[in-house]
Amino acid sequence: MLGLNGKDFLAWLFVLFLVAAAPILLNPFPEGSAFAQFNAGYPDLMQRFVIFGIFAIGFNILFGLTGYLSFGHAAFLGAGSYAGVWMLKLLTINVIPAIIMSTLVAGLFSLAIGYISLRRSGIYFSILTLAFAQMSFALAASVLTPITGGETGLQTQLGDPRILDAAATGGNIPAPSLFGLEMGHSWKVSVGDWLWTFNAGYYLCAFIMLIAFYIAIRIFRSPFGMMLKAVKSNNQRLGYTGINPRPYTLAAFVISGMYAGLAGGLMVSMDPLAGAERMQWTASGEVVLMTILGGIGTLIGPVLGAGLIKYSENIFSKINDNLLHTWFSFMPDGVENFMVTIVHPFVGKGWHLTLGLMFMLVVIFLPGGLVGGLSGLYKRLFRRGSHAQ
Amino acid sequence: MELSAILLQVLNGLDKGSAYALIALGLTLIFGTLGVVNFAHGALFMIGAFCAVSLQKILTISFTTIDESKTDFLGNPAQIHTPYVEKWFGEAVGATMIDWAVPLAILLAIPVMLLVGFAMERGLIKHFYKRPHADQILVTFGLAIVLQEIIKAYFGANQIPAPAPDALIGSFDFGVLLGFDPGTIIYPYWRIVYFLFAMVVVGAVFAFLKFTTFGMVVRAGMADRETVGLLGINIDKRFTIMFGIAAAVAGLAGVMYTPINSPNYHMGMDFLVISFVVVVVGGMGSLAGAVLAGFILGILESFASMREVIQLIPGINQVVIYLAAIVILLARPRGLLGRKGVMES
Amino acid sequence: MGTALEVKGVNKRFGGLQALNDVNLNVEDGRIHAIIGPNGAGKSTLLNCFVGRLTPDSGSVLFHGKSLLGIQPHQINQAGVSRVFQTPEIFTELTVLENVMIPALAHRDGIFEFNALKPLRKETDIRKAAVDVLEDLGLGDKQEMTAASMSRGDKRRLEMAMGLVQQPKLLLLDEPTAGMSRADTNNTIDVLRHIGDSRGITMIIIEHDMHVVFSLADRISVLAQGTVIVEDVPENIKGNAKVQEAYLGGAH
Repeated sequence: MLGLNGKDFLAWLFVLFLVAAAPILLNPFPEGSAFAQFNAGYPDLMQRFVIFGIFAIGFNILFGLTGYLSFGHAAFLGAGSYAGVWMLKLLTINVIPAIIMSTLVAGLFSLAIGYISLRRSGIYFSILTLAFAQMSFALAASVLTPITGGETGLQTQLGDPRILDAAATGGNIPAPSLFGLEMGHSWKVSVGDWLWTFNAGYYLCAFIMLIAFYIAIRIFRSPFGMMLKAVKSNNQRLGYTGINPRPYTLAAFVISGMYAGLAGGLMVSMDPLAGAERMQWTASGEVVLMTILGGIGTLIGPVLGAGLIKYSENIFSKINDNLLHTWFSFMPDGVENFMVTIVHPFVGKGWHLTLGLMFMLVVIFLPGGLVGGLSGLYKRLFRRGSHAQ
Repeated sequence: MELSAILLQVLNGLDKGSAYALIALGLTLIFGTLGVVNFAHGALFMIGAFCAVSLQKILTISFTTIDESKTDFLGNPAQIHTPYVEKWFGEAVGATMIDWAVPLAILLAIPVMLLVGFAMERGLIKHFYKRPHADQILVTFGLAIVLQEIIKAYFGANQIPAPAPDALIGSFDFGVLLGFDPGTIIYPYWRIVYFLFAMVVVGAVFAFLKFTTFGMVVRAGMADRETVGLLGINIDKRFTIMFGIAAAVAGLAGVMYTPINSPNYHMGMDFLVISFVVVVVGGMGSLAGAVLAGFILGILESFASMREVIQLIPGINQVVIYLAAIVILLARPRGLLGRKGVMES
Repeated sequence: MGTALEVKGVNKRFGGLQALNDVNLNVEDGRIHAIIGPNGAGKSTLLNCFVGRLTPDSGSVLFHGKSLLGIQPHQINQAGVSRVFQTPEIFTELTVLENVMIPALAHRDGIFEFNALKPLRKETDIRKAAVDVLEDLGLGDKQEMTAASMSRGDKRRLEMAMGLVQQPKLLLLDEPTAGMSRADTNNTIDVLRHIGDSRGITMIIIEHDMHVVFSLADRISVLAQGTVIVEDVPENIKGNAKVQEAYLGGAH
């Protein structure tokens, strides 16, 4: 179906189901119940899941297939964000031109940086990309303030020209929309104690993510994708085989840069504000971690990794002592306090600790990330064949 | 630009350069010997700094006496806090110990850092020698976060001052020494101390590697691990010790850095990225390259922060290290002194 | 009959070692030319100079009149020169079939082809070409194996399949049968002879196994201490005093 083989098509359908039903699946606990805190079905977080999913899917095309580890991909996300906001400011509040422009600008930017960085390999390549990204970050925060808004960031304003829409003169700053449908618009459905929020922006992001995921599958299964895997396996041999590895890696670099730009464009389409910190090395590092955590070179791993990190970040950071007390209130007082004391360091402000431990546990017990580790575990348990990808 | 101004910037670059060089030295030892990408190395630097903070706290643990003869501003009898060390060793000796807490912390940091290093290598890193670099990055990054959060839980998120001894506060007028006008090249004493200290540590590590059998084996292992293994030499044990030494070097760099910049829990992360740049610019597998690159980048950074330079090229102070890294790596494929084939694939 | 490869005055020095000393070689079109010689005579170094892995200090290497020096390995391959490596250089993480499809694609599409959305399984011609070569070499039932999990001998045959599938004008074989059983060696000889006869591929073979050399070679060059000491037809090499001296002299 759709040019995919049966197994891949099923994987794609599975993701389609997940993202389409996410507002329901991610809200398993009734509103107001003790565990409602674990509900992740609110628009802001769901948008982040799929947007970072796109970022990680693209990053995996470079890192997972070719083995080239870029430490600077946040620069493309940032460049895409700025380009997107400028389109929203200058052209129209409709998000489509913004998303397209974000992708294109990031593509050009990654072409320039990739062309230079790919002259080196291994850790030398990683440091070159890191250096370019850190320079972009520093310049965006300082010298390039007229273009980037400096440290306060770039955002849409009332006086923006918006050639196609005509500038808004009064009232609120117009919100990004898709042909009039505001991205912030939500339909709320309440069934019994459950409350589900279906958000327009989320579904736009999810739709684009499905396309991005589909393209990634096609790339993985193409002759081009095979060449990228060969680059990772034995770059030199590829040369003696008559293939020039450089344009292949550059193409992969630009594709992954465009995915990053697309993610940046969607971010500003949901919330029209772009800041320089989006380009910092920690942001580049995050997508590296997402990919490794989920499973390098696997199709679905990066999406899972992105989801897990964003989920932990948002959910664990919001748990406070009061909430802990309600959870453990069924226990005798002494035990209750003890449990709260035990759990306290891992939640709220301490959520980083949980994240760090999670990284360590996954990499120690699940080599190959979530996908690699779990499929290995599955195979060991059920002694299946040895040919799964 | 005047000569004195140039000299001043060189000197200003030395202390940052020293810190870069020391961290990069440890990083490259671990890269070179164990083949491990250690993202927790910045955390080791941070732990070292908190050794100084801890010692300062320990030395100032006080008991309280009530002096009826004096009253505080509310009219209550004044409470007087006296550190135990002043009670045990006498007021003068005790006060000196507190004053010299940072240098004294070296004595605390060496065993602590060696132990931390050994524990890390035996408990975690050892199991990752044969794993892909990506796994090493993820696990050490996770460890760095965990260490960072533990420190934050105990010491809080704010910077904690750990000043230099009174005798070493103040500045030295280098200019006069070299025949310039007074006040043109003024350099804080502690930064001189830090630079000299870094030189001693670097010298000690190099001497250790060059003149001991242990060091010879480690150097051979860096060049060709498999062959050394075939000779029947137990390289693993030596590498554990090497990891401890690398941790100690990073820790000492952290201890002595506290008076220059008050430590906080994320100082390690802040240094980590630049240290990686330093290691790679120096060239993978080259200890001398790491030290050289540390100083070059430190000094360049200080030059780029001069007002004249920023006026000429706005924003240069923010990007100079990365710009230099790009130029060097494009001109010299394996950094300043790197060897072929190390971490290139 | 024309000259396929013309090597003139090639020198290569590694520090104090003169690895190649004024090497001259003419390989005629459609012939199988063997290079023999004691260990360390410079045979592999010479092959490396043909495929761009090493650049000679002086001299020229012309393939059908065009220089192979100073151009990239992939350009040399695209000119029709394929190399089979001594130690298998395969894509260990990929399947056996993919290992052969890559050179086949390179042969058809050139150094770069942006076919990112075309399904690999629709490349039926490429797949058939690869399967045919694998079957010729007795690897037909191992297509779906990961290359890393093959035996040493099978890896060598995979190497050869990667070279043969490109239908090169000139095939460079570096000890193609080393480590193979007698039966596999004979099979390899048959395959090479069949290909040499039917497709007229020019071959240069480095080989220690004299059985292979004398079964296949039309001409033989003997390399010793970086220099070609004799070049002749096989019958004349057997009794040549210089050759015996080179081998015996180099054996202690």
